[in-house]
Amino acid sequence: MLTLVQQLINGLTLGCLFGLVAIGYTMVYGILLLINFAHCDIFMMSMYFAFYSISVFYLPWYVSLVLAILGTALLGVLLERVAYRPLRTAPRTSVLISAVGSSYLLENLGIVLFGAVAKSFPTVDYLQEMVTIAGLRIQRLAFFVIITMIVLVGALLYIVNKTKVGIAMRAVSRDFETSKLMGVNINLTISITFAIGSGLAAVGGFMWGLRYPQITPLVGAMPGLKCFIAAVIGGIGSIKGAIMGGLILGVMEIMIVYLFPSASGYRDVFAFIALILILCIKPTGLFGEELSDKA
Amino acid sequence: MLKVDQLSVSYGGIKAVQGISFEVPEGKIVTLIGANGAGKSTTLRTISGLVKPGGGNISFLGEDITGKDSAQIVKRGVTLVPEGRRVFPNLTVYENIRIGAYLRKDDWTKDVDWVYSLFPRLKERSWQTAGTLSGGEQQMLAVARALISRPKLIMMDEPSLGLAPLVIKDIFEIIKEIRNQGVTVLLIEQNANMALKIADIGYVLETGHITLSGTGQELLANPEVKEAYLGK
Ligand SMILES: Nc1ncnc2c1ncn2[C@@H]1O[C@H](COP(=O)(O)OP(=O)(O)O)[C@@H](O)[C@H]1O
Ligand SMILES: [Mg+2]
Repeated sequence: MLTLVQQLINGLTLGCLFGLVAIGYTMVYGILLLINFAHCDIFMMSMYFAFYSISVFYLPWYVSLVLAILGTALLGVLLERVAYRPLRTAPRTSVLISAVGSSYLLENLGIVLFGAVAKSFPTVDYLQEMVTIAGLRIQRLAFFVIITMIVLVGALLYIVNKTKVGIAMRAVSRDFETSKLMGVNINLTISITFAIGSGLAAVGGFMWGLRYPQITPLVGAMPGLKCFIAAVIGGIGSIKGAIMGGLILGVMEIMIVYLFPSASGYRDVFAFIALILILCIKPTGLFGEELSDKA
Repeated sequence: MLKVDQLSVSYGGIKAVQGISFEVPEGKIVTLIGANGAGKSTTLRTISGLVKPGGGNISFLGEDITGKDSAQIVKRGVTLVPEGRRVFPNLTVYENIRIGAYLRKDDWTKDVDWVYSLFPRLKERSWQTAGTLSGGEQQMLAVARALISRPKLIMMDEPSLGLAPLVIKDIFEIIKEIRNQGVTVLLIEQNANMALKIADIGYVLETGHITLSGTGQELLANPEVKEAYLGK
């Protein structure tokens, strides 16, 4: 029973990480109708930012986390600026190709800058310490991840639903031209979207690095794919959906491996099976609206 | 107040508006009538900065606004209620109004009462998403969303499109009320009869040219207009 609860918490932690990255996919899709293939590489870059900040510049982990968030947010904004904005009026396929290209570019840039050999993500003793609560031995990281997730998602939902920037985001996501007529600064709104999505990916990346401390320039690919799947399962475009999708995938992955240890070699397959099932049953995802083309 | 001089606009080589000139004096309702495809929407969209003109000049309160971007135009006090209403269906009524006030730096919230007093129906539906409103309510919301920017000139592109006659009557009453409250109106309509009845000045637009102009009453009485637009 105790291990079951422990595994559940473990699954929720992983799910929170998936969710944090999935939000970036879903927000960009919501506003640009673009699957940002480079998002997983933004996530990868965030880990290197944290790595250099801690292991090379010896900054405290919390300072490094903040720097990684800022650096990654900036990178996301830059990506949109150079790879997507010039194609704003181009056919959607062109933008998609640009996204794929950006993904390769970032991966190869990573190899050039950081080398292809895996680096060890630094340890953070405080976060990785085991604590015992009600007989459960759990890494402090798990609590940190779950609490961070709740705080960040609360803040994000507040921004999107209650603030002027958030209302502008939702307006732009529906109708560029009419938003322009209202005087909405479209470029700024899109930049903010990329900054938020990338910043959240950096939070996910930092904690991912602590969990799976071998990082390479290709490290973003598999988690990136799973997080994209999480966003689709939840209903792409929906923030709540991305979080739910992430939690479902995380808990599912851990629980299946726990209950059927012999299947652990196939752990990456479950996300895809879940994706196919959802697409068959409810193609718009759990919280998805009817997809409509933007006017 | 608004002066359009020899304005021409093309879409990739196809001329939609070919050197039209007209004026909108302050405090009046001015209407541009014309058949489908005459270039009415293009004219308004160009004034609003959504389309760049090929030639000619647009000035507002003596200031040249030709080719300025939409935010600049709104800031100067010119706003457009677009064809087909284009409310944000995923936002609530209140949020639609709030986005209309996007550029306002002063306290716009007190003007919400003002627009709600013009459209009490919207007040009741304040928290409903705009996509669930009826066509007439969406048109009212589109007007309210434009008014909250506190425009000096409000331009409306076929507000009667697709609405029931009773609702159209309401909308036209509101247009007069808006003018009476001091906001100048530039109204575009295919529904020439209704538009000319409330207009102080009217222009007839045919395939990119202005062919006739006069007071609303003059145009209503004009045999050519009767023949072509009033179906008599
Ligand atoms: N986005 C566009 N691209 C190409 N042609 C257009 C576009 N919008 C309008 N047109 C053309 O310009 C002409 C004028 O259209 P429009 O201004 O919408 O007329 P109206 O509003 O009077 O019905 C029409 O011939 C129309 O086909
Ligand atoms: Mg039109």
